[in-house]
Amino acid sequence: MTATRLKYFQTGSFAAGNRLVNPESRSVQSGAERANAITCGHRACQGCGEALGARYALDAAMRATGGDLIAANATGCLEVFSTPYPESSWQLPWIHSLFGNAAAVSTGIAAALRAKGNTHTRVVGQGGDGGTVDIGFACLSGMFERDDDVLFICYDNEAYMNTGVQRSGATPPAAFTTTTQAVGEEPGAPWGQGKSAPLIALAHEIPYVATATIADLRDLEAKVQRAMSIRGARYIHVLVTCPLGWGTPSSDSLRVARLAVETGIFPVWEGAYGDVTAVTKIRHRLPVEDYLQAQTRFRHLFKPRRRDALIERVQARADRNIRRFGLIDPVEYDPVALHVEGGS
Amino acid sequence: MLEQIEGSQAVARTVAMCRPEVICAYPISPQTHIVEGLSRLVKAGELRPCEFVNVESEYAAMSVAIGASATGARSYTATASQGLLYMAEALYNASGLGLPIVMTVANRALGAPINIWNDHSDSMSQRDSGWIQLYVESNQEAVDVHLQAFRIAETLSLPVMVCMDGFILTHAVERVELPEPEQVDAFLPPYEPRQLLDPAEPMTIGAMVGPEAYTEVRYLAHYKQMQALDVIPEVAAAFEQRFGRSSGGLLRSYRSDDAETIVVALGSVLGTIEDVIDELRDQGVSIGALGIRTFRPWPSEEVRSALEHAKRVIVVEKALSIGIGGIVSQNVHGALEGTAVTIHTAIAGLGGRPITKSSLRRLFADGIAGELTGTTFVDLDHSLVDGESERMMQTRRSGPHAENMLRDVGIVGAGPV
Ligand SMILES: Cc1ncc(C[n+]2csc(CCOP(=O)(O)OP(=O)(O)O)c2C)c(N)n1
Ligand code: SF4
Ligand SMILES: [Mg+2]
Repeated sequence: MTATRLKYFQTGSFAAGNRLVNPESRSVQSGAERANAITCGHRACQGCGEALGARYALDAAMRATGGDLIAANATGCLEVFSTPYPESSWQLPWIHSLFGNAAAVSTGIAAALRAKGNTHTRVVGQGGDGGTVDIGFACLSGMFERDDDVLFICYDNEAYMNTGVQRSGATPPAAFTTTTQAVGEEPGAPWGQGKSAPLIALAHEIPYVATATIADLRDLEAKVQRAMSIRGARYIHVLVTCPLGWGTPSSDSLRVARLAVETGIFPVWEGAYGDVTAVTKIRHRLPVEDYLQAQTRFRHLFKPRRRDALIERVQARADRNIRRFGLIDPVEYDPVALHVEGGS
Repeated sequence: MLEQIEGSQAVARTVAMCRPEVICAYPISPQTHIVEGLSRLVKAGELRPCEFVNVESEYAAMSVAIGASATGARSYTATASQGLLYMAEALYNASGLGLPIVMTVANRALGAPINIWNDHSDSMSQRDSGWIQLYVESNQEAVDVHLQAFRIAETLSLPVMVCMDGFILTHAVERVELPEPEQVDAFLPPYEPRQLLDPAEPMTIGAMVGPEAYTEVRYLAHYKQMQALDVIPEVAAAFEQRFGRSSGGLLRSYRSDDAETIVVALGSVLGTIEDVIDELRDQGVSIGALGIRTFRPWPSEEVRSALEHAKRVIVVEKALSIGIGGIVSQNVHGALEGTAVTIHTAIAGLGGRPITKSSLRRLFADGIAGELTGTTFVDLDHSLVDGESERMMQTRRSGPHAENMLRDVGIVGAGPV
């Protein structure tokens, strides 16, 4: 279940307009009683999508649990920018152990709580895409398979940002990273099958899986809230922009995340027990070019010469997402979308 | 209660009496019987409250223990060999965070070549991991030292590894005195954590530390481990007082007070060594043994006073530091610095090769006769090594060593060429 969309104010977004909504429906972040789970003063880059996503997600989880929450964090930007001691940003009990074990540490916390008969305190594990879909994948899958009572949140900025933007298993094809440079016949990251961590999570038939982006923070809050109303293993995969790694102005973080959704590059959906149960429809479909051109990590697709074949391959992937997840209702197709479909 | 029981079952029952709240484990021989026993006790409701988590790797096992311990639960796991290596990153993390996890290591060789039998390569490889390492000689001592391990760990907020010889102890059925649960409860108070993940009092654990304090944090870890040199004997004394038998502690001397030759060793081989010493003593040879029960922290001063009066020391080691030789003997060298004691290193029992009385007799006789030089490899089959060296000289594509040498031995893989 996603947040109820109110179409009479800013289209497809809850970024503004809280004033127009009744108080119960307002965002957690707009409330004076928000937890500030990650308080100000941390050292993330300006416009860091991960900082924003984590703040919204954890504040929503804090509200859902009445502040009765413990978090385990993987190594990565989020961990590093938030804890150069003694300047910890964390206002909740928080542990960082290693890069690849956040899900297992979360399991340990949940097991300890269970052994102590504590049924009220809840557990969130979190990490970047590297800590989740690559080095942390075995621990994550084990946690899912056992259905441990943990919500794991992946903040996916599509590369190993903390170590200087290297390719991860979540890096999209053609993207520049420092280990997939924009040189050679097929510049940027190679074209593999990709690795959809949320679909793999869903295949574990756990009670809740969702994707979200920082373009729709109210939706992210609602999904976290929903996840916290459920027991067992839950997973939320949040696309977060990284101005440094993506080559976007800090002021564009939300816009680029929205483009990822509106082009069909990043499908936003919810699932339970193996099935996709809801998708967020695209309201104004845009060609992938708009998304690609907004980021210097894809600059080599346009300069020094345009590489139409590669752009079309990216478009084909987005089209497949749209078909596969039903991201567009036929009646809502808009002219741009039709144009794109015709061109691909 | 006296029982005829397998070492692993005795350890499982003892650990259960220590009331761990979270047990996480991944199977590997020869540790399996311990965790199988514990899983049964938890499942049957005999150990309650306790969560038994079947994890997907040893890395996860140690990580679950880290999370559980930081949440205030007494946490236990067991492993061996490859499993210990697989959790290496988390081992350093657990000790760095100061979490009093207790782990049994059912000592086993390391691959390649893969080998399931006993030696000390696994735990010795983690001697610098910040864990306290206790080595036991018998299954009785395994039982007793596990009880002590929880108390030592929780007193110091440091993790403790109890190292017991795989198969030789874990699978041996012998008479063991198991404690009564009430005795254990009286000996081991409930776990009172120093740091806790608690929403009522939020704290950040595992923060980034830069050059401004990293040295001090590491120094403190060292300092705390050195404190164990006081705590371990205290706990052993408290144990003896309550249970009426001596177990654990730092060292154990055997007929060595006046000995010219002292044999240093760890673990179950001490039994065989002591038998040989008895025989030699009967023949008038001045020889004794020093059992190292606590290897980390290294009881340097105690080792020195136990050995400095000897003419020579023969260190019998079940591990090999490739590129230098003995591991324990390096530590013994440090302890005996400035003395006139001659130190010999003997590598024995690797990968489960039996350390026989006759081999030991020969080794000790050579030592006493001044015929040991450098590092001695007890019972090394030189012809096997020479054969493989010859093959390597004759042809570039000589193939894998282990398979070649096995073929020469003629046990497996032998077939028409
Ligand atoms: C075992 C191990 N391997 C490598 C590293 C180095 N390392 C630390 S953070 C990081 C990248 C993190 O990437 P991701 O999980 O995507 O998080 P991000 O920084 O992008 O938010 C890497 C490679 C490490 N700390 N531990
Ligand atoms: S590098 Fe990217 S993920 Fe890391 S702090 Fe900067 S913007 Fe955030
Ligand atoms: Mg990343």
